Amino acid sequence: MSSINRKWIFLLVCLSLLILLPPVSQTLDESYLISSMTRVLIFAMAAISLDLIVGYGGMVSFGHAAFVGLGAYTAAILSFHINDGSPLFTMPFAYDGTNQLWAVLLVAIGVAALVATLTGMISLRTHRIHFIMITLAFAQMLYYLFISLDYYGGEDGLPMMGRNQIPLIDSGDDTSFYYFCLLVLILFIILARRLVGSHFGRVLQGCKYNEKRMQTLGFNTYRYRLTAYVIAAMGAAVAGVLLANKTEYVDPGLFSWHLSGELLVMVILGGMGSIYGAVIGAIVYLLLEQIFSAYTEHWMILLGPVLILVVIYARHGIYGYLQKLNQNA
Amino acid sequence: MPDILLSTENLCKSYAGLRANHNLNLQLLRGEIHALIGPNGAGKSTAVAQLSGELASDSGRIIFEGRDITRMAVHARARAGVSRSFQVTSVFDEMSVLDNLALAIQAHHGHSYRFWRAAKKDRFLNTQANTLADQFGLEQAHDLLAGTLAHGEKRQLEVAMTLAGNPSLLLLDEPMAGIGPGGSKKLTELLDALRGRYTVLLVEHDMDAVFALADRISVLVYGEIIATGSVDEIRRDKKVQQAYLGEVC
Amino acid sequence: MLLFFEQLLNGLQFGFMLFLLSAGLTLVFGVMNLINLAHGSFYMVGAYVAATVMLASGSFVLALLVALLVAAACGLLVEVIVLRHLYRRDHLDQVLATFGLILFFNEATRMIWGRQPLFMQLPEFLSSTVEVIPDVPYPLYRLVIIGVGLAVALGLYLLINHTRLGMRIRAGASDRSMIAALGVNIRWLYSLVFALGALLAGFAGVMAAPIFAVESGMGESILILTFVVIVIGGIGSIKGALLGALLVGLVDTLGRAFLPDLLQWLFTTSSANSIAASLASMSIYILMAAILAFKPRGLFPV
Repeated sequence: MSSINRKWIFLLVCLSLLILLPPVSQTLDESYLISSMTRVLIFAMAAISLDLIVGYGGMVSFGHAAFVGLGAYTAAILSFHINDGSPLFTMPFAYDGTNQLWAVLLVAIGVAALVATLTGMISLRTHRIHFIMITLAFAQMLYYLFISLDYYGGEDGLPMMGRNQIPLIDSGDDTSFYYFCLLVLILFIILARRLVGSHFGRVLQGCKYNEKRMQTLGFNTYRYRLTAYVIAAMGAAVAGVLLANKTEYVDPGLFSWHLSGELLVMVILGGMGSIYGAVIGAIVYLLLEQIFSAYTEHWMILLGPVLILVVIYARHGIYGYLQKLNQNA
Repeated sequence: MPDILLSTENLCKSYAGLRANHNLNLQLLRGEIHALIGPNGAGKSTAVAQLSGELASDSGRIIFEGRDITRMAVHARARAGVSRSFQVTSVFDEMSVLDNLALAIQAHHGHSYRFWRAAKKDRFLNTQANTLADQFGLEQAHDLLAGTLAHGEKRQLEVAMTLAGNPSLLLLDEPMAGIGPGGSKKLTELLDALRGRYTVLLVEHDMDAVFALADRISVLVYGEIIATGSVDEIRRDKKVQQAYLGEVC
Repeated sequence: MLLFFEQLLNGLQFGFMLFLLSAGLTLVFGVMNLINLAHGSFYMVGAYVAATVMLASGSFVLALLVALLVAAACGLLVEVIVLRHLYRRDHLDQVLATFGLILFFNEATRMIWGRQPLFMQLPEFLSSTVEVIPDVPYPLYRLVIIGVGLAVALGLYLLINHTRLGMRIRAGASDRSMIAALGVNIRWLYSLVFALGALLAGFAGVMAAPIFAVESGMGESILILTFVVIVIGGIGSIKGALLGALLVGLVDTLGRAFLPDLLQWLFTTSSANSIAASLASMSIYILMAAILAFKPRGLFPV
């Protein structure tokens, strides 16, 4: 069997497992599994978007959670206003918010793109460690901004009155919502894989390997990197919208550097620069978290050292390891 | 009236007070292979980086095809037709030979804000990349990762990449660096085949290659050009013999 | 006006505390090219140990000494066990591994000291006030912090510019292979520099313990400020760290103190307060973004 076939079989098995999860967990009477796997799927989307810039563009953003937070708050705020009856803004026209998922997604993507363009224009002038730090700083800025927005709950966060409406789907039903998220994740994977294989993707990777060379070849690397940064932010915002819908609650913690760090961990753990790795990383990280926390409330004391070991010994992540197995087999 | 492709007027560059290039006046005629030689630390690489735009010049002007490009960004110069190779091989080790070349061609072929179709299936890029690879003796290596090539082949790829997109000016920074006599003879032949079709500024230490290839030579010593002329003129030049060639010939 | 001077002193005090943290962080980056997110953990360890020893013994001096020792020892252990493997790795790996260290340290303090924050009493001889400005009593302890910061800055300057060790540190920062060629044991040098950084962070923790609540995770919020400091100052530059720390300390303190009044005076609306609060907490990040936009490598690039 060729290694390419094995890869597809592996992916198909994973997909079938994910599809079969709801009926199986219901039979086993463990329906909390559906809810926690929905969370995993959503984080996988965020991790994919981060992998685009970290794994393919070489831009280590330590503030990616900010865009997840922006997406989540967009959903919560729009829903808050439609329930509250107060207009979100009155100029240039009155707008009361919305509860329709597609509209929420559009707004969230727009907001994320705008913020990413503005912050990216400054951040991308810097490189390496400065880039890490400035993305962190921008995320912190948003974190404090949302803490101070008392109208939207400030530090306590903002609950959502029920999920957004999705055409043809009962979004309130956890199983339907799970399948919807699975669908979006598959869409994410397809889009991301196309993107990294496209002309744009090749330029992005070139910028990662040797930006100076790319410039002397004639690429305006700044603009290409900025575009990638904005695309990644839009992806994270979509994940944020779904996350808010899943928990029906948002709080400034979504912008925290802790979450940004966790997203990076997922990407690295799974194996960066492969898209599939980001998905695997999200699954494994969140599962580890659950398993450890089942044993002890102090699960982070285990997770911390595991991370360190992964960084020191498993440099290409889980997907890299699987690929190696596949090639050797 | 000779046809001047590029000229510099009193181009200067210093690092932290240290003079790298002083009042550089260089004229490249269209179609010539112009060698820039000089002892180590004479400012040759600095000059190339100034022309390509990687280093901003402190003063002076660069005129290319009648346009002042002194303040033009690196990528814009490349798209305008100034293409360079690096002394330290700068191919993309993680990509195949063809992908390296395709990427270089892509830079000159419209924009790359194309997000959906697979770049690897782009017929136009692939054909061009194939041609370029074959032209530079890499016909056996199309699908090898550039990082796995032998050093000489890497140098060939390095130069081949600068030819993508039909530039009008090639800035070759020590293309023969570290490849030994055999490789250097092969690369000399490959470069000789370009004569007349491109204007080449050749920075090189390998004097056999310089004498075999150059139409004209400029000698750079401590940031200043002390002589420009044909191979014979340079060989006969007393100042050059004193400053530089005396040790070699 | 008096209030302004008082806040100015507060800003300086906060700035010097940030400097204690930044100096170690920037030194470690300059010499080992290592980015250490867990630097704040040594600060936390210093604060916890000091608070505990103070509570048990009642002696501030003893608390200080034990805390410094433990912080430096923690630093040494972390360097030998984990970070030594990461010097040659790229920053991404370092970020992740030290992120793991943070999780570990935070949880460890929670296991040892519980979730309730500790509070540390000031000893008698430090809890008085002095009138630096006539009629405005100012806490002596805050002045002591300023003094300590100045002393450390001076000490580091002397250490780096006028001692053999400092010469090696400077050489190590500019050219790793050269210093190895000189026969200096680079491993030992790195461990020493790292422990020194941890000690300074622990020192900052001790200084902070009587002012802030000592709790798990206290290292992170201040660590991010510390990163802002060294990025503004230019990573690897002690001079930059000092300037950046004072700048951040002043902007943050003065912003919090005066922005609300200023905005109220401008807008006289009820929302001015909440806008001012968010602007004040964002001010240093805006400062950093502004500086990096013009000087992408900080004020004193190394």
